[in-house]
Amino acid sequence: MQTLKATIIKDLKILLRDRVGLFMMFFMPILLVVVITSVQNSTFELVNNNKVSLLVYNDDNGPLGRELVEGIKKIGIFKMQVTDSAGYVLDISRQMHEKDALVALMIPPGFTSYIQSKADEISTRALSDPDSAKQTPSRPAAISDSMKMYYHPVMQASFRQSVEGALRSAVQVIQGEAIVKKLYEAVNQKEVPADLENQILFGQLPISEIPVSRSGSRSIPNASQHNVPAWTIFAMFFIVISLGGIMVREKNSGSFIRLKTMPAGYLNALFSKQIVYGMVTVLQAAVIFTIGNKLFPFIGLPVLHLPKDIWALVIVTVVCGYCAVNYAICVGVYANTPEQSNGFGAISILILAALGGLLVPSFAMPAHLQKIIQLSPLHWALEAYYGLFLEGGKLRDIWMNILSLLGITFLIEGITLYGLKSKNLI
Amino acid sequence: MSIPAITIHDLAFHYPRQEGICFENFNLEIGAGERFGLFGPNGAGKTTLMNLMTGLLKYEKGSIRLLGHEIKAHPKSVNTIFGFVPQDLSYYPELTARENLAFYGAWYGLDRKVIRSRTKELLEVLGLTSDENRLVRNFSGGMKRRVNLAIGVMHHPKVLFLDEPTVGVDVQSRHHIIGYLKKQNELGTTLIYTSHQLEEAAELCNKIALIDKGKIVAHDKLDDLLDKHGHEGLEGLFLELTGKRFRD
Repeated sequence: MQTLKATIIKDLKILLRDRVGLFMMFFMPILLVVVITSVQNSTFELVNNNKVSLLVYNDDNGPLGRELVEGIKKIGIFKMQVTDSAGYVLDISRQMHEKDALVALMIPPGFTSYIQSKADEISTRALSDPDSAKQTPSRPAAISDSMKMYYHPVMQASFRQSVEGALRSAVQVIQGEAIVKKLYEAVNQKEVPADLENQILFGQLPISEIPVSRSGSRSIPNASQHNVPAWTIFAMFFIVISLGGIMVREKNSGSFIRLKTMPAGYLNALFSKQIVYGMVTVLQAAVIFTIGNKLFPFIGLPVLHLPKDIWALVIVTVVCGYCAVNYAICVGVYANTPEQSNGFGAISILILAALGGLLVPSFAMPAHLQKIIQLSPLHWALEAYYGLFLEGGKLRDIWMNILSLLGITFLIEGITLYGLKSKNLI
Repeated sequence: MSIPAITIHDLAFHYPRQEGICFENFNLEIGAGERFGLFGPNGAGKTTLMNLMTGLLKYEKGSIRLLGHEIKAHPKSVNTIFGFVPQDLSYYPELTARENLAFYGAWYGLDRKVIRSRTKELLEVLGLTSDENRLVRNFSGGMKRRVNLAIGVMHHPKVLFLDEPTVGVDVQSRHHIIGYLKKQNELGTTLIYTSHQLEEAAELCNKIALIDKGKIVAHDKLDDLLDKHGHEGLEGLFLELTGKRFRD
């Protein structure tokens, strides 16, 4: 016990005297979390609060083209600029750059006549007797060009699809309106009253979005709730850069040779590293969560609400830190040079983070990766944190995640011990 | 009859997947209380033999006994008997001299009181008291060597292995270190020493073994060997027995 105590004191002194190392261990993760949260928050703001800039080229001379433009305005998510002439595709690109537009929509010539003839056809078929409906339908009026949506390449697929969905719904409203008008006129021999038209087209059942939470809370998770826990895990595992390097340097140094000739076992040195650097990872998480909770509102970021079950948060953080430190020790045992340790450590943490769902949500990953992601300790740590931060869960809701994380940690320890034995280090 | 400090019997060792130094049927005995010098050209196997005697390397056949204890069978208990001063400076440069001695003292299993008194004593004897609270990385070469030595003798070892303990130090530090080692020997510590500094070796050692390619080419009291081969100094004897061509 005295040996372990002396080793912990030694490791603490060495750690505290390395000011640059300490700075890197604490400042860089904080910077990472602040930057990532800011970036993700701005994306969130863009989609939810800011308007998407849209250029509309209306080449249609009929009323439905203008109605479509009005319909798109009513959606409310676009900052629109309308022009009558699309010109050439190259012009569109230039104008998008000039007007800083993310999306451009081209309403083709003949849009009105196409929609009206299609509505004619559908209403005629709908009102004719069923047998005649089986007859070959008459073709709607030809349209010179399809409707085109141009977009800036920076737009990610999911964002692009939501914009496309909004535009498509505006077109459907125009189409639906035309069909209803035609049907009403055919049946009643007069125009559709405005109030009925509105009721038919816009009287949709509203959909309320409600986040599911174990605590019953209805608060909508913000960018901080999503990003701070995720990137804190990443920061904790990045201890591999400093600790892995320290392990390699110590292993290759004369002091290690001397320790091997001493009565106390080298496992004392490993236990000490687990304790000292485990404390560092827990402290990192505590500092980041405190900043998220207390400082974020002052720098324009959404506040990080801490889970109600603080003890569950402490347990997850300690187990996650313990796993991160063991991973770093394992890398340090197998690496022969600091370069090997740093290179492998950094890349492997990025891969484990990607597999763990830090970069792309796990549920969005292909089926063949769904089993592999369970091998990533970051996945289980993230699931546990999300259970607490996003779902308002308690320890009983996340204990399976903690057990899985511990299981992987013990596996890593086993691999480390094998490495120590096979390299004649213990 | 006293138990020899070291008894090596029919030792066999070779590095896996590596050609070069190997020992086959190697035998050597070093008496308790001797100041024993182990010499040879580069690649002769001196450091390998020292690593085998300190348990850093595991041998395949034969036995190495340290004051009667087979080191393979009792590696940890044997570790309390000997001290080791490696050629590479073996301490934590980010710690002070006092902190290094306290840390290694705990690893030797000494209690806190002993660590305190022994640290004070060693810092005084080796002339480091005024710098005891400075980080070792800021020490001069000679001071670093003295810290390296102090750690090796912290627990009053009965056998002390010294691998080039004075390499790269000035005359004053060397004089100090050699004087201290002689004093330790008078107090009963067996010294097993290796170096390329033959003048220093002649000053310190009373018995030597010359090894080359894993074999002993001469083993006797230094004076007897010099008389027998008709040399006045160790260098002439060395060159006669190991040749003049370059080694790695």
